[in-house]
Amino acid sequence: MSTLEAFRKETRDWLEENCPQSMRTPMGENEEPWGGKNPTWTNPDSKVWLDNMASRGWTAPTWPKEYGGGGLSKAEAKILAEELRAIKARPALMSFGIWMLGPALLEFASEEQKLKYLPQIVRGEIRWCQGYSEPGAGSDLAGLQTSAEDKGDHYLVNGQKIWTSYANYADWIFCLVRTDKSVKHNGISFLLIDMETKGVETRPIKLISGSSPFCETFLTDVTVPKENLVGELNKGWTIAKRLLQHEREMISGMGLGGSSSGSGGKPENLAKKYSGEKDGKVADAALRDTITRHKMDGHGFLLTLQRSAAETKAGQNTGAASSMFKYYGTELNKRRFEILLETMGTNGLGWEGDQFSQAELDTTRSWLRSKGNSIEGGTTEVQLNIIAKRVLGLPD
Amino acid sequence: MALVLNEEQTLLNETAAQFFQEQVPISNLRKLRDDNDAFGIDRNIWKECANLGFAGVLISETYGGSSFGPIGLGLILEQSGKTLSATPFVSTVLLCGTAIQLAGNSTQRQEYLPAIAAGERICALALEERAHHNPTHIETTAIQTENGFTLNGTKTFVLDGHIADQLIVAARTSGATTDQHGITLFLVPAKSDGVSIERMQMADSRNAAKVTLTNVTVSDADVLGSVDGGSDVLDPVLDMGRIGLAAETLGLIQEVFDQTVAYLKERKQFGEVIGSFQALKHRAATMFAEIEVCRSIVLEALSALEEQRNDVPHLASLAKAKLGEVSRLVTNEGLQMHGGVGMTDEFDLGLFMKRARVAAATLGDANFHRDRYATLSNY
Repeated sequence: MSTLEAFRKETRDWLEENCPQSMRTPMGENEEPWGGKNPTWTNPDSKVWLDNMASRGWTAPTWPKEYGGGGLSKAEAKILAEELRAIKARPALMSFGIWMLGPALLEFASEEQKLKYLPQIVRGEIRWCQGYSEPGAGSDLAGLQTSAEDKGDHYLVNGQKIWTSYANYADWIFCLVRTDKSVKHNGISFLLIDMETKGVETRPIKLISGSSPFCETFLTDVTVPKENLVGELNKGWTIAKRLLQHEREMISGMGLGGSSSGSGGKPENLAKKYSGEKDGKVADAALRDTITRHKMDGHGFLLTLQRSAAETKAGQNTGAASSMFKYYGTELNKRRFEILLETMGTNGLGWEGDQFSQAELDTTRSWLRSKGNSIEGGTTEVQLNIIAKRVLGLPD
Repeated sequence: MALVLNEEQTLLNETAAQFFQEQVPISNLRKLRDDNDAFGIDRNIWKECANLGFAGVLISETYGGSSFGPIGLGLILEQSGKTLSATPFVSTVLLCGTAIQLAGNSTQRQEYLPAIAAGERICALALEERAHHNPTHIETTAIQTENGFTLNGTKTFVLDGHIADQLIVAARTSGATTDQHGITLFLVPAKSDGVSIERMQMADSRNAAKVTLTNVTVSDADVLGSVDGGSDVLDPVLDMGRIGLAAETLGLIQEVFDQTVAYLKERKQFGEVIGSFQALKHRAATMFAEIEVCRSIVLEALSALEEQRNDVPHLASLAKAKLGEVSRLVTNEGLQMHGGVGMTDEFDLGLFMKRARVAAATLGDANFHRDRYATLSNY
């Protein structure tokens, strides 16, 4: 038996023993395992599952073992992912620490910082949020004003962050702060701040969908130890860009219409249900064509993601940057929800109450939520600027 | 999905690029057009294509082909699309060659395939009868006689019809006008009695013809495949043609886009290169994204052919529809971004636009293929 086959068998056996049965069912509402200092475990098995996975470092399978990760090779991590899929396991941990901050720390942080923060992230003990945008710095992120003044042994931070996802539940925030006002990009630093520090306040923002996944975070005379600076002073923009790249890749996956709640199912099936069927076809020819245009673009987009992966594996430059995926994927997702609405008619426009099914109500809310896809993580316009400049070489 | 080229394919791609750029540049098509060339293609060039193995790309080595296979075919067509090379590739190689290879008996294969691979015989598929592609709408009749059949009917938009040595005619042997069953394919020499061929001058300066069949007699031995079973042959043959046209269109799109981006970097107005204006940048970036998607689709469709997968029809329709739409976008935007110069005949953009539209209409436009894609997807 090859080493990889042995690994697969060992993994399968371990999962069989350590993944609770209830963790092999679709995740219910409010069951997302975000961890943190004050976690809510609607289902106690979620906690067991997280601890089991974390004990092997498998919440971050490819991170080095000395930082609490699984220390797996890419091939082993792929096997782990396959075996998890095979038993329909829920994610053991959902975490901005794993998806965004961790990779940046691995690349830019000091040894001391890695040893301090990464194992906590792996175990889901600290819930992180991202402090990037500000009321006056959206697309022009590098125009941010939140300042960190050098006070000898600490920084004094003042300013306001916005669109901080789940900041009201987060324990720590990774922040971009201005440490030099005389220059733009080269005056930004990357700072880690404990949200329990005096002067940190956060307030949820109610969105058009009715939910509040984002917050405003106010920083007033917040004292931050100097050891919380990641990377060099005034070199935070490099880290920020890398993080944004991870974020874009995460968001672009939405264009494929994942299985998350409220994704609404296949438009063609809904079209048959809501607007009728004739000879096995969607009866409304115009709607059928609209759906097909969208499906074709989605099909082509999926093939492009696969091609990009194959080219990367073969060591070729893909040419198609993450910006193209972010742009195309989010525009597709927005279109998908518009089509779902068109397909479901007034049933896709319910707001609340017993007259609508849960799936119908979810569609309305998800449609509204999808509008943010082409804004968050860099707007569509910013992505197009990046393609024009970096790929096509068009001048400023 | 075989998305990364191997060494042999890379070499073929380079050979094809060099050949079309040097031997069959756009000026070649322009000259054929301006000279009102009766033949509409350069036969010597087609012979050279054959010498390089291009004409026999889908034909097995047993019959003198080069067996580069569908991926190789795609590479050749993409390169030919960049220079708008006028060749009988679609008619002879993609359509008729495939039909004979799939449905021909050993005598028919032996007679036609080596001649096609050698670039010595041009064949044309006489299928369409109306302005829109409809492979099951066949009014042309084939009435059984004692020794064979008598054909009557009119065919339109027969690619390379007026220069073909050989026609493959789709005629109805049974059923109603639009039935899928009851269509039969016949091998008919172009010079047969009762065959009248008139050239159709298309906007893209490429070859097409109207073919009228009046009491044309053929023998039983001229049936290609089975009587009444023509659609079973036509489906894979047409999909080969559609995917090939999509590959050609990909080359065309890429060339127009590259020229347009180059122009954006060079043309100055208001004291600045126009490529610095965001109104144009964003449209160029949008086109880039669409072209990336097109490339992925074409590669996947060619891979499906190569691997003989059962999703070939699906991908053929996806490719034909999407490439048709994007070729319209890129040629329209390319012309607009070039401004007045794009409107002149001297400039090549118009030639690309004309070819893009004819290629898009050939073997089913985007509407046809979206309908087919939906039907194949059971909705």
